[in-house]
Amino acid sequence: MTEAHVFAMAGVVLFVIALHALVVHEHLLRKIIAVNVMGSGVFLVIGALARRTPGSEPDPVPHALVITGIVVAIAATALAIVLMLKVNEATGRPELPAPERD
Amino acid sequence: MFAPFLMLAAGLGYVVQSLPDGDPGLAGLVAEQLAASGVENPVTAVLLNFRGYDTLLEVAVLSAAIIGVWSLAVMPSRRVGAPDAVLALLAQILVPFMLLLGAYLLWAGSHAAGGAFQAGAVWAAGLVLMLLAGAGLPGALSHWPLRLLLMLGVTTFAGVGVAMMAGGGRFLEFPPGRAKWLILLVEAAAALSIGLILACAFRGGRPPEEGP
Repeated sequence: MTEAHVFAMAGVVLFVIALHALVVHEHLLRKIIAVNVMGSGVFLVIGALARRTPGSEPDPVPHALVITGIVVAIAATALAIVLMLKVNEATGRPELPAPERD
Repeated sequence: MFAPFLMLAAGLGYVVQSLPDGDPGLAGLVAEQLAASGVENPVTAVLLNFRGYDTLLEVAVLSAAIIGVWSLAVMPSRRVGAPDAVLALLAQILVPFMLLLGAYLLWAGSHAAGGAFQAGAVWAAGLVLMLLAGAGLPGALSHWPLRLLLMLGVTTFAGVGVAMMAGGGRFLEFPPGRAKWLILLVEAAAALSIGLILACAFRGGRPPEEGP
């Protein structure tokens, strides 16, 4: 198992932990943070898998994808937080309305 | 409760481990064409030349995000009163360096790690530090000049791409002789827009309407 695979496994573990947090928690800010950590896990997987080249230089294409991905994730998080604030204004609590039980 | 997640982790882990070691990916292809791209850093060449269309769409996504934030909310008013003295001093010392560092990263992108997104992120951090320390944009600048600068990145990039078609090439096809300066132009506009977009997104809404 090379170092690239170790980092990729770490990225997978981050992704799954954050996915669990996304599903379990009801507070919207925790969901937003969980999606951010899932994004970080995916970036780690992509960056680690770029290191599998036989030479000393890593593959630059996944690096380019991750660089733009990080900045876009920041902007998407900003939009998500504004949406969360709107939900809080509208319903009084920063949580999605619970489904009606029959 | 945890079982489906453990199974997902095991499945993804198996997929990741089964990828072969020593796969060069596209590194060889990039290295061959690097001389014709106009820059010496392979990541910048991929971002701005070989996969320039992806980067154009990423800047468009950022513009869409700020349009979304501005459509949803009005900027919350800044709290009155003097900001924290230590924070204000820190901002006075650090922000000029951060602006300079962003400019350096923009220029260094052609031969080392750096480029539009990195410079834009550092500039955004400097602007956010200024906002936290109590600075704000004067009212006169916050209308059409700010809007112009926010959209400058995506319009410059798309405009340069279309101008390449007028010269006889395809959309976003940079001729190898002039690629370096076209890439620098596009990167400068994009970095400026990215920094302002992120700082305005931090601010949380559109500037309030002036007037009676």
